[in-house]
Amino acid sequence: MKGDGSMEMWFSEFHTPDVKHSMRMTRHLYSKKSDYQQIDIFETPEFGRVLTLDGNVMLTERDEFIYDEMMTHVPMAVHSGIRDILVIGAGDGGVVRELTRYDRVECIDLVEMDPMVLEACRTYLPGNACRMDDSRVHLHFENALRFIRRREAAYDLIIVDSTDPFGPSEGLFTREFYGSCYNALREEGIMVNQQGSPFYAEDARAMQRSHKRIASTFPISRVYQAHIPTYAAGYWLFGFASKKYHPIDDFHPASWKALNLHTRYYTTRLHVGAFWLPAFLEEMLEEVEEKNAET
Amino acid sequence: MKTSRNSLNQTRAPVYEALENFRRMRVVPFDVPGHKRGRGNPELTAFLGQQCMWADVNSMKPLDNLCSPVSVIREAEELAADAFGAAHAFLMVGGTTSSVQSMVLTACKRGDEIILPRNVHRSVINALVLCGAVPVYVNPEVNQELGISLGMRREQVEKAIVEHPGAVAVLVNNPTYYGICSDLRAIVKMAHKAGMLCLADEAHGTHFYFGGGLPVSAMEAGADMAAVSMHKSGGSLTQSSLLLTGPNVHAGYVRQIINLTQTTSGSYLLMSSLDISRRNLVLRGREVFHQVADMASYARQEINAIGGYYAFGRELMNGNSVFDFDTTKLSIHTRDIGLAGIEVYDILRDEYDIQIEFGDIGNILAYLSMGDRPQELERLVSALAEIRRRYQKDAAGLLSQEYIEPEVVTSPQEAFYAEKESLLLTESEGRVCSEFVMCYPPGIPILAPGERITAEILEHIQYAREKGCSMTGPEDPDMIRINVLA
Repeated sequence: MKGDGSMEMWFSEFHTPDVKHSMRMTRHLYSKKSDYQQIDIFETPEFGRVLTLDGNVMLTERDEFIYDEMMTHVPMAVHSGIRDILVIGAGDGGVVRELTRYDRVECIDLVEMDPMVLEACRTYLPGNACRMDDSRVHLHFENALRFIRRREAAYDLIIVDSTDPFGPSEGLFTREFYGSCYNALREEGIMVNQQGSPFYAEDARAMQRSHKRIASTFPISRVYQAHIPTYAAGYWLFGFASKKYHPIDDFHPASWKALNLHTRYYTTRLHVGAFWLPAFLEEMLEEVEEKNAET
Repeated sequence: MKTSRNSLNQTRAPVYEALENFRRMRVVPFDVPGHKRGRGNPELTAFLGQQCMWADVNSMKPLDNLCSPVSVIREAEELAADAFGAAHAFLMVGGTTSSVQSMVLTACKRGDEIILPRNVHRSVINALVLCGAVPVYVNPEVNQELGISLGMRREQVEKAIVEHPGAVAVLVNNPTYYGICSDLRAIVKMAHKAGMLCLADEAHGTHFYFGGGLPVSAMEAGADMAAVSMHKSGGSLTQSSLLLTGPNVHAGYVRQIINLTQTTSGSYLLMSSLDISRRNLVLRGREVFHQVADMASYARQEINAIGGYYAFGRELMNGNSVFDFDTTKLSIHTRDIGLAGIEVYDILRDEYDIQIEFGDIGNILAYLSMGDRPQELERLVSALAEIRRRYQKDAAGLLSQEYIEPEVVTSPQEAFYAEKESLLLTESEGRVCSEFVMCYPPGIPILAPGERITAEILEHIQYAREKGCSMTGPEDPDMIRINVLA
């Protein structure tokens, strides 16, 4: 007990076996085990409400905007013809919320394996889940690999908002999955995925593995970055894979600005800057890209 | 707990319990193994874990002795016999190879004839080399479309029995690697009527004893001996196995035969894994194998929906050479997408990080078991869909034939030990081979010692190598040369 009578209660997440990140929490709002994972939502003074799956932080109210904006506005600003979108994972609704801000979007298929994540977020994270009832959003509760096998040239954009590659989302970091995405995209299609963190060794290896697989599947494959405080090392990567459009060469800032969308992280200048990577990361990516060229 | 078909308390696991008791006694080891509970080999202990090193102990009074069990190992064997419906069960630590060999060595002596299908595992013919028995091959029927060997037809077995009335035993694969079963009950009856033993290689059939809707097990069909790979569908550690015997086989003699070749330092890791796995199979096997069969059935549907692939199932059943089919097996014919099975096998591993059991000329086999989950199955199905999209080509020119009828010139033992000479493989046509040649897996011989090398066989070997099959058996590891009878 502290002097003021409040309880000392901390949530900790191991970023490596030797590094952990902790947040003081004040209230546990939701705790249930679904068929797939343990789902928790709790209140913290610094980060607001926090969603964890199997004890891994998925989002916090305080910094989710960074992730959700970077996953969505980057591809939307490159390919002006995006109308049909497939979103995989993202049961919290943050990605869908950003996408529904575009009038040109006609259809968003959201494939989430676990309906309980969605229910929990509807109740406790309304800031994220607020647009899940948009008439353009179609929910599919099933295995994403199975869903996408049956689609061919059906989407302009696929957003892969998975958990990390060591849990139930493992199948979303595989070559068979990226190949199926390629097959499900139209000729001008783009796939954006969360690509993990390049900092800690095990994360870095996973990031390299998935980059290698994407780069061997799509003709254009680039990586971009953002600073997200509650993710491992506070440093996060996204993959931009595309059949036709280059994320910078085919980027038209003026037309995106004309949409007048207010954002808190994404800007058209940051769009370009996010693709300029530190030297160590360039090296890590080139290493696996070269291996591709050999095989 | 006593289940309806068991007379003993199947919740017991005597070897495991004895090991747990032994650990609590904190006995000071001045015996082997020399790592002394792992202390002497910290790197190995860090790798395998303290628990594992603790269980790696020597035979002693509280833990019994595998060579002549009188206490906990004997109890474990009695429980296994009860669980599998056998008169006696032997815990085996030399793989199912050791079970198969003990079975053959028990049934045959030098010069005896044994009736068996040609698509037996190499361990069977190895046993013939050891004991000097002579094989009488029953040609398994071949499904031409799939290029796979099926089971033995009843008429063919009957014919072999009539032509070789002095044979001592009939050996049956129950099932084959692909999950295909012969009419075991009928073959047992024929063998017994002729005064022969019926032996079953159940390397791929452990689950038959515990599932619902699965083919009949050897013991239930009345067979005299069965080699059961507990480490395959039974879930125990690699190299652990069971040998089951029926009431007409003298267990003491079988024990003597086993002890001819078995280690005197039987591993307690392997024995406890057999014990715990047997308990698990009795208590939960039915439910578990039901789930496995459901997963296999789902995968077959999904794979057949891709197009080009043919994941085959019970529709192959024909009342005779495919008397029954093991629905937990996921065998897939790949030739119609223009790829040999071995090519799909290699692509799955090299590009998709998916390791399957084997690929041969026309098919692949993905092994499903109690450890599988739907999400991994989705990966396999998606990877197959992707391979089709990326690599599909014209199927013309792909060979289909898998079975070549052997010409046995002399017994495997005579050929193996005879005067021989080394020839270039390409110049060996017409000669009698003195060694094995096989694709591995599945480890079924293309040539066995004592068989004639034909042009057809040479063509098959050449083709299988081109497609990437690894060939094993001959003294020359590169298989440029082959030993033939001088």
